[in-house]
Order: sequence, then C-alpha cells, then structure tokens
Amino acid sequence: MEFSTAISPHIKPGNRVDRMMLQVLLALIPGALAMIWFFGWGILFNLIVASVTAIACEALILKLRNKPVRSTLCDLSALLTAVLLALALPPLAPWWLAFIGTAFAIIIAKQLYGGLGYNPFNPAMIGYVVLLISFPLQMTAWIPPSTIAETPSIIDSLQLLFGLVPESLNIDAITMATPLDTMKTELGINRTTGEILENSLFGTFGGSGWEWIANGYLLGGIWLIYKRVIGWQIPIALLLGLTAISLVSFLLGPDNHPYPFFHLFSGATMLGAFFIATDPVTASTTPKGRLIYGFLIGLLIYVIRTYGGYPDAVAFAVLIMNLTVPLIDYYTQPRVFGHAVEEHNE
Amino acid sequence: MSERNYGKVCRDGLWNNNQALVALLGMCPLLAVSNTLMNGLGLGLATTLTLVCSNSIISIIRKQVPDEIRLPVFVLIIASVVTTIELCMNAYFHELYTILGIFIPLIVTNCAIIGRAEAYASKNPLDLAALDGLMMGLGFTSVLVLLGGLRELIGSGTLFAQAHLMLGDAVKGWELTVIDDYSGFLLAILPPGAFIGLGLIIAVKNIIDSRQQQKASPKEEVVTFAPQAEKA
Repeated sequence: MEFSTAISPHIKPGNRVDRMMLQVLLALIPGALAMIWFFGWGILFNLIVASVTAIACEALILKLRNKPVRSTLCDLSALLTAVLLALALPPLAPWWLAFIGTAFAIIIAKQLYGGLGYNPFNPAMIGYVVLLISFPLQMTAWIPPSTIAETPSIIDSLQLLFGLVPESLNIDAITMATPLDTMKTELGINRTTGEILENSLFGTFGGSGWEWIANGYLLGGIWLIYKRVIGWQIPIALLLGLTAISLVSFLLGPDNHPYPFFHLFSGATMLGAFFIATDPVTASTTPKGRLIYGFLIGLLIYVIRTYGGYPDAVAFAVLIMNLTVPLIDYYTQPRVFGHAVEEHNE
Repeated sequence: MSERNYGKVCRDGLWNNNQALVALLGMCPLLAVSNTLMNGLGLGLATTLTLVCSNSIISIIRKQVPDEIRLPVFVLIIASVVTTIELCMNAYFHELYTILGIFIPLIVTNCAIIGRAEAYASKNPLDLAALDGLMMGLGFTSVLVLLGGLRELIGSGTLFAQAHLMLGDAVKGWELTVIDDYSGFLLAILPPGAFIGLGLIIAVKNIIDSRQQQKASPKEEVVTFAPQAEKA
C-alpha cells in the first residue's frame, strides 16, 4: 500500500507499510535463528504453520469483506503477526496450536475490527493469550535448550507437530520448565535466588540459551531503531521501567528477587520491547506518550511476573497498556507548530 | 389497539425485536449462564415463565395503577413472580437451581422483563400481553440455547450435558460427546467466549435481515441503480 502524496513541494519519505514490515521481519532473523539453534526444528515448523494460516485467513476474510486481496496481503502485516506469535510458542507444540492462535489473531483480533490500522489490541498477543488461557498444558511444554540437552531431531519434531509422540522420546522426560517458571516456582518454596541460580538451566545473565535469543532480538531491535523503523522511546522506556522496579526490589531483598539483568534477558522481554510493544497500530503515537506507554509496560511486566499466576507477562502487560493508549495519546498531544499550548478543558 | 395482530406479536418477539439480539437487554444473565446448553435452556424457560406471568398480571391491573408509581408497582409484581418461581425450582429442580444459583433471583433485574412490562403489557389487553411475554421469552430462550450449545460444543466437545437435572432420568442418554478425545477450548466457556459468541450471532442475524430486505424490495434497487447504469 502506498500513501497518497499531496501537491508539491514535498520530500518523498518512501516509507511504505510493506517495506516497514519487511524490515521488521528481517530484524527478527537473528533472534529466530538463535531460537531454532537452541530449541530445534519445532520452532521452524511453528513459523511455517502460523505463516500459512495467517495468509489463508487474511485472504479469506478480505474476500468476504470485498477488499482487495493481493495488495493487502503484500503489505506483510499478517505474516509479521504470524511470525511474532510463532516465536512465542513452545517447540513441542502440535500444529493446531499455531493454527488456532493465528486464525484467532487474524480473524477476530485484526480483521473483525477493520483490518490493519483499526485493531485496538496487538493481534499476535491476543492470539498468544487465547492459547495460554485455553491450552495451558500444551503452552507450557518447553524443552531445555541445546546447551543442556539434545533437542528432538527433525523427524521427531515433525511427528510431534502432528500430535504423535515418537517412540524414542518420552515427553514427560524431555519437557522442562522455562527459567522464568523455575525461578517463580522455587522462590515460591522459599529458596533463595543464589540457590536457584546454581541450576544448570541458568546462564550468565538470564536462562542458558535464552540470553542469546534475547541478544539476537536486541541486535535486530537496535538495527530497527538505527533504520528509524521504530522510535527509540518505547523500547528504552520499557527496559528502563523494568530495570528500575526490579533494581529497587533487588536492593531491598537480594535473596527473594532476581537481579535486574535476569528480568531483561529472560522470557520475552527483548522481543516485547523492540518488536511487540512498538507495533505502530496499537502503541501510543506521541513522543511523550510513548515514553509513558513503554515505562508502564516495563512496570507491569515486573508486577505480573512477580505477583501474577503466569511466569511471563509481556503479552498481558502489552494488552493492558493497549487499552490505555487513547487516554495517553489524548493527554500527550504535542503542541502544533504556530499554536500556543492548549489546556484540555473538560 | 383495535385490530388484534397476533402474528406480528409472534414475529416481533421471536425475530424482529428479539430481546437478546436486537434490544440487547438482559445481557448479564445471558452472558453469564450460557456456558452449557442445558443451563441456557433452564434459565431461558424460567425467564419465559416470569415474562408470561408478569405481563399478564400487569396487563390486568394496568387501568388501576396510577401513572406516577407504575414502575415500583411493576418491580414488586415481577419480584413476587420471580420469588415464587425460585421457590418452585428449589423444590422440584434442586440441582439445576444450585447450578444457576444467583441468576434465578437476578431475573428480577433483567431489563427485558421490566422493558416488556413498561412498553407493552401496560398498554395492551391480557391476551396480547400474555402472548407477547411468551414470544419474547421464547426468543430470549432460543438465543440462550443457541449460545449455550455453541459454547458447550466448542468449549468441551459435548452437548446436552447434565440434561437429566432438568428433564429427569429418562433423558440421561441424551448427553452427546460430539468430538471424542477433545482437549477443550477453554476460552469458549470463559466469559470472553460469551461476548465473542453473542457478537457473531448478532452479526449472522444482521446478515440474514439485510439479505431479506434486498429480496423484499428489488424494485427500489432497480430505481436507485438504473441511472448509474445509464451513465456508464
């Protein structure tokens, strides 16, 4: 899709939706490759199933709505939703998990609201939360990263994809809680962070393997900021918010609270900060608003991770803050050039 | 109303002015209790019975009630009817009564009932008011049953679960497991499933209505489209 331009003179920015989406997809590659390296072929299969589902659902609904199918599909937004969702799914997931999640994200969270640009909630995160709430068992079946144990072979992964359990594998034996989950459970039984971190599941900063995935997303995210595809405000404010609150609680009680780096490099923090919270449709649009939006997501991630029922919280935090975006935007509108600062009179 | 148009009352109640799909009244019990087909049917029938009784009583005394205090009077009548039904259900369908719980006494606050009392029963004779109550109630019940059935089917893969609680031991075999070995799509049974399901049902009704409208008035279409066709 191309933005219509006004009468000259003008500078042509050349930022089209499809190019932005393509750059975001490219920036996801290092993180995604790290994830496939540490968790095996299952991740790749999830990506394929989700992408095919997203494109099929988007085409179907566009046809029902009498909208142009091909040009809208080429803006790659459906594909990006699918990829973001697939990167959040566990590697042992059966095919229908990615299918239901993506179909829900595209049909209900995106197209029923009017398509790209009209959805108030991040579609990928809606899909993820629907899956997490509906299928908690399948959604928490993570395996240890390849630094600890061997990941399932390509044949085994294919069998798992279609719901068959290969004879060579014992599912209960190979699944393992994620580092965040382990931290939460063990803190719950009154062990100190020092004891918990001796587990081989943990690496230098966060979870073993997980920290390299986070580094991959960080790299892609910095490239996106450099390319000006996303603003710096949301990621920086989010990481700052998460660091601030986790630093305070760490200093107050280092035995019951993991150090801030653990929160930054575990779970989906980096993916959320650079790729999910920055979604141009559902995030705040004003510079000041973005700082508030990002900072509050950071705080919420910590609060929900520490006191909530689920180990990770990026999806919930982003969805809650999506709700507040109209309010934030209303109170942070920048001064229009040539106008005095206008007070909001209710 | 001089002419007694029973057909119109039926059509309005069941379709054109369906309390759940068009008036969007009584959403609280509708969304909360429609998690299985039998729960929906139970609450729907209780609501229908309340509607028929309250509409009839209000229609009989409509000329004696002063205008200024009509609403408190209506509420009192509805509350008495609901209390009677609640006690009867507690006596004869105790298990269903415990499942539906707070939503039986809450029928009192169902806006659909006071709405029909105010908008119809207080202005019309007994036979029309009773029929209106029955039809509005059946319209509401059908939506409850449809939504409950859909949520039960998607959420847990069964239909008619616990039918014997309401209809006796004779129907114990009714319970269908439609999809074997189904792990359950929990979202459908949780509150979001109710909102999404009802939204989709309303959308389907609107599609059917607009298709019928197009069929019913082909002449107007010809008139509006003809000039454009000539220009082209």
